[in-house]
Amino acid sequence: MTAGLVATLAAGVLAVLDPSLVLPLQGVVGALGETVFGVLLWVLDQWYWLMDWVYYLTGLEMIDPRYRYMQRAILVGLCIGVMAPLIGTFLVHRQLALIGDALAHTGFAGVAVGLFLNAVIDLGVSPYLTAVVVAMIAALFIELISEVTDAYNDVSMAIVLSTGFALGTTLISLNAGGLAVGVNQFLFGNLSTVSPQSAAILLVLFVVIVGTVALTRNQLLYVTFDETAAAVSGISVNWYNRVVVMLTAMVVVGAMQIMGVILVAAMLVVPVAGATQVSRSFSESLVVSVVLAELAVLLGIGVAYYGGVTAGGVIVLVAVAIYVCAVALGKVLSARGTGASPDMGAIEVDSADVGKGTGDD
Amino acid sequence: MSSQDRDTTTSDRADDRTTSGPEPTGGQTESVVDVANVTFGYTATPVVEDVSLTIDPGEYVAIVGPNGSGKSTLMQLLVGLLEPDTGTARLFGERADRFDDGERIGYVAQHASASKEMPITVREVVKMGRFPHLGIGRLTGGDRRLVDDLREEPLETVQRVTSALSGRLSPGDWAIVDQALETVGMSAFADRRVTQLSGGQRQRAFIARALASEADLLVLDEPTVGVDAESVDAFYDLLATLNAEGITVLLIEHDLGAVVEHADRVVCLNREVYFDGPTGEFVESDALARAFGTEARFLSGVSE
Repeated sequence: MTAGLVATLAAGVLAVLDPSLVLPLQGVVGALGETVFGVLLWVLDQWYWLMDWVYYLTGLEMIDPRYRYMQRAILVGLCIGVMAPLIGTFLVHRQLALIGDALAHTGFAGVAVGLFLNAVIDLGVSPYLTAVVVAMIAALFIELISEVTDAYNDVSMAIVLSTGFALGTTLISLNAGGLAVGVNQFLFGNLSTVSPQSAAILLVLFVVIVGTVALTRNQLLYVTFDETAAAVSGISVNWYNRVVVMLTAMVVVGAMQIMGVILVAAMLVVPVAGATQVSRSFSESLVVSVVLAELAVLLGIGVAYYGGVTAGGVIVLVAVAIYVCAVALGKVLSARGTGASPDMGAIEVDSADVGKGTGDD
Repeated sequence: MSSQDRDTTTSDRADDRTTSGPEPTGGQTESVVDVANVTFGYTATPVVEDVSLTIDPGEYVAIVGPNGSGKSTLMQLLVGLLEPDTGTARLFGERADRFDDGERIGYVAQHASASKEMPITVREVVKMGRFPHLGIGRLTGGDRRLVDDLREEPLETVQRVTSALSGRLSPGDWAIVDQALETVGMSAFADRRVTQLSGGQRQRAFIARALASEADLLVLDEPTVGVDAESVDAFYDLLATLNAEGITVLLIEHDLGAVVEHADRVVCLNREVYFDGPTGEFVESDALARAFGTEARFLSGVSE
């Protein structure tokens, strides 16, 4: 399995680094891409139509049909509000909250690779696509390191995080001049730069992430809650860990457009932490974390638009404010809930002659 | 769960399986665990050396040994989480590290090992026991007679396939979950968060998870660490009950008193096997002194 993984990694690296391999592929992939892109643009059109209706009904200035970029930003924000806490839940409860941060920084390296290739060989790919590829390769490396050394550790994450950022800044400074202008939008996110193309990429990521979690939610839950018991019951723990880190890489790159590299990890962690305070069950915590994230995204985008400030920062601040409220609510709930405890039922004994092993010596 | 229920479900599952079941057609009883001359080390120094051990269905076996004696390593070898350097480890007749009927093993660790903050209810934990019975893997591996089933009971089969693919529990699965909760006396706590339970209650929930998976073998790795004395007694009562119903129990325990009181057979380990036999003989043997050194005592008084 590890050999296959290495081969996949090698193929991925080759595909990114060697343009002679990529160019002939472009013809084949291009036709398929055009079709998918066409469908996604159609979905976007439907979204515009819906937003226009909301505008006519509410008169909200920020979704004025003249501001298509805002309508796209809201769509992207809503998708982030679903997929970030969805994946974040499986990370937070394994004390992997910071892996999102590490992968976001490697995503930045991916953006730099994309910008670099576009400038040098005129490849014409979206930097977000190269970011997805590079972040996913980095995700597999982190997972491989943890499998070999038998533990996730903050040292390996710190190494991957700073390597990603160092690679990104180096590539960007190599092409100083034209490139540096566009870097801020990736670092801090920007509502106005959500192009139809990057919104389409996000929609694809959204479908892949939500679909994968829906199919594997049982296994992911088992592995998250009790890794050894999951392994004993026949679940391939390493495989599902790889799935989680790959999905994390997709989420952070998807969310980077609005949140920026530096703040993206917050969306994986803060709503989940808030939901943990007030939820009684796991399924409830998933729903609550999505609701909290959507609230933060929509409020944040609104405040950012009307206040003329950076969306990423405001969204995180709103999310943290919601988290503080959730902690307070959680305290109230648990103070109320510590009343009567139900009696523990007797153990069901089928045969009268068993279960007398203790207490009579 | 009544023993009758258990018999029914077990035989249902045996029908589903194309590989060996708990009672193979050959007529002879198949060993649950069969370890032969196993040696394993994380480094060049072996942690477990030349260990041979056979556990038959329905046995109640305890593995004891001092800290660092290789108990947990041996347990991981037995259930296939580790591959032996030399020797063979077999589970229900298959190679342990390639064993894929994971639902036949119920694993209970020290209660402290579960995530402390995670919001999850007792019922959700017990539900996990059904997960190995769901999913695409189950359809390709266990149900090779799918076409026949489709011809005979089209509606039920389609229902089974869709529930397996969607990962959703069927009403039958939920009935098994509720029954498992009932058996361990935790029905009243089903919707409580696991984080709100005492150590003893938590361990009951984990036992219920093993029951929900319809495990034939219960593996417990020092299950009563950090559990109050009263709950410990109730916990061992539960194990005795389940063992009487035919479930094989393998207990890894440092509390010699508990072991001597409850297990039928003791395996004393300190890198190699110092003793393997009935509990009564273990108490009278000098294996303990040899394996542990001189300071070992049976703490809770043994009535032999």
